Amino acid sequence: MNVIAPKTQRTGRYDAGVMKYKEMGYFDLDYQPKDTDILACFRITPQDGVDADEAAAAVAGESSTATWTVVWTDRLTACDKYRAKCYRVDPVPGTPGQYFAFIAYDLELFEANSIVNLSASIIGNVFGFKPLKALRLEDMRLPIAYVKTYDGPATGIVVERERLDKFGRPLLGATVKPKLGLSGRNYGRVVYEALKGGLDFTKDDENINSQNFMHWRDRFLYCMEAVNRAQAATGEVKGTYLNVSAGDMEQIYERAEFAKSLGSTIIMIDLVIGYSAIQSISKWARRNDMILHLHRAGHSTYTRQKTHGVSFRVIAKWMRLAGVDHIHAGTVVGKLEGDPATTKGYYDICREQFNPQALQNGLFFDQDWGGMRKVMPVASGGIHAGQMHLLLHHLGEDCIMQFGGGTIGHPMGIAAGATANRVALEAMILARNEGRDYLAEGPDILAAAARRCTPLAQALEVWKDVTFDYASTDTPDFAPTLTVS
Amino acid sequence: MRVTQGTFSFLPDLTDDQIKAQVGYCQRNGWAVNIEFTDDPHPRNTYWEMWGQPMFDLKDPAAVMYELAECRKVYGGRAYIRLSAFDATAGWESLRLSFITDRPAEEPGFALAREEADGRSIRYTTRAYAADKPTGERY
Repeated sequence: MNVIAPKTQRTGRYDAGVMKYKEMGYFDLDYQPKDTDILACFRITPQDGVDADEAAAAVAGESSTATWTVVWTDRLTACDKYRAKCYRVDPVPGTPGQYFAFIAYDLELFEANSIVNLSASIIGNVFGFKPLKALRLEDMRLPIAYVKTYDGPATGIVVERERLDKFGRPLLGATVKPKLGLSGRNYGRVVYEALKGGLDFTKDDENINSQNFMHWRDRFLYCMEAVNRAQAATGEVKGTYLNVSAGDMEQIYERAEFAKSLGSTIIMIDLVIGYSAIQSISKWARRNDMILHLHRAGHSTYTRQKTHGVSFRVIAKWMRLAGVDHIHAGTVVGKLEGDPATTKGYYDICREQFNPQALQNGLFFDQDWGGMRKVMPVASGGIHAGQMHLLLHHLGEDCIMQFGGGTIGHPMGIAAGATANRVALEAMILARNEGRDYLAEGPDILAAAARRCTPLAQALEVWKDVTFDYASTDTPDFAPTLTVS
Repeated sequence: MRVTQGTFSFLPDLTDDQIKAQVGYCQRNGWAVNIEFTDDPHPRNTYWEMWGQPMFDLKDPAAVMYELAECRKVYGGRAYIRLSAFDATAGWESLRLSFITDRPAEEPGFALAREEADGRSIRYTTRAYAADKPTGERY
């Protein structure tokens, strides 16, 4: 049967066919973002010949209501409300062909308390959109009304310090090495020596789960023997991050329950377990007075390159909402990626209650966290006692410094390595509090402490020339003096 | 053994000048310094006895050092004494620094008791040897 279509009435916007995103309501330079809007800043690299404004509008469209062609069913909705709006496009300073596109989303586009829903919109289909060569989510402004729908960290920096009875200095940790192959019995030895020697925490590595060389229950039992022995030897609260990451949520809960039954103060998860699993285990941690450590395994696949992916500052914001207590956030001086200015931005996101816009640190928006608890940033990877003044200068007091190789690789053994790190740290804090210029005098302060502490003298000697001085790939686009209204 | 609670336990015992410098740092930050003592050094003994009230609004480290000296006259050598600094800023409202200034002459340490439970689990109990005696007679 032939269907006779009515003659198309070309009234404009809702005619069938393809039209520019800019003309579909996704681009409005006069739009004034509302205080309740979720804002995003994308770095866009349009294909050759694609107009930057049109590309920016397309990102707004594809990350909200648009599809490639006009659909009349838009008219069954209050469609203008649901359309994201690109309200500003700036060229990236000094980088031809790249633009910052600022996009506003109405709060009603999002489900409360769901990183999954937020990320499915903002980093969903749009990242594969053909008219763009590359796309990067640089930053987001999450309105306080949205922030308040999340529980946030189960414990937070202040309560973690109160539970551990440790104030006024960074916490010290170490990841057990070698990361693979140790039996449970040998693994616990490393934990015991490191904690007895002066560390506060030891840590499972991201890929320590339940392999043939060491099943998870065995690891938990030996580790808790080590933790309790070290507590009795020192009179201090100690802990070890028991990695409960597993193939399904049922096993994650089972491992977490066992850690709790053994009296562990802390468990850990990997970022790769996924956003829903992270929010679930955070709720469990809150119910069970457990500190929750997050290892950001996998993040560099999408955070490191400046042109495409998601900046780690966005991941840090999402994880504070999702409710982790610890997150790896860079060392500046260690072996892994981390420009000082950019890293400061990550640390501020974890620890402050209000982040003012700071383009020199990559923070494109003001961000109000309300009273949400703070996340303890973790510095891990290629750091040693000889860098203590630099670490304290760059990272501040409320962080965890993890010296894995810098503890276990000490020539006189693991406990000596731990003692060297603890003495170096306490000496530096003492000097800082006394008002000394600890950054300039750092090597002298360490040398003086080492005269009374042989393990520190040995650590300074072994690692004296170790630096990781490579150019960072993820650096800010703005010099400290430049401001954007 | 040496109980390593507090911020500076891995350094040699602080001199009075060093303690005074730390008190000055706390006061410059607007934190209230508190003197506490105990003869129960269990790692989860949160509430040490208070030597008077936290010293809010003080600007002179000498006043804190005077109180520390008074506390030492009574408990020196017989208890642990610590200084802590309280920050009332919104979003913190807790301690910013806490360090031991005085220790008993002898620190006998802790026993670790193990109770074997099911599935190879062990329930651990940490007990200070000194706590076998009544408080006041321990050190």
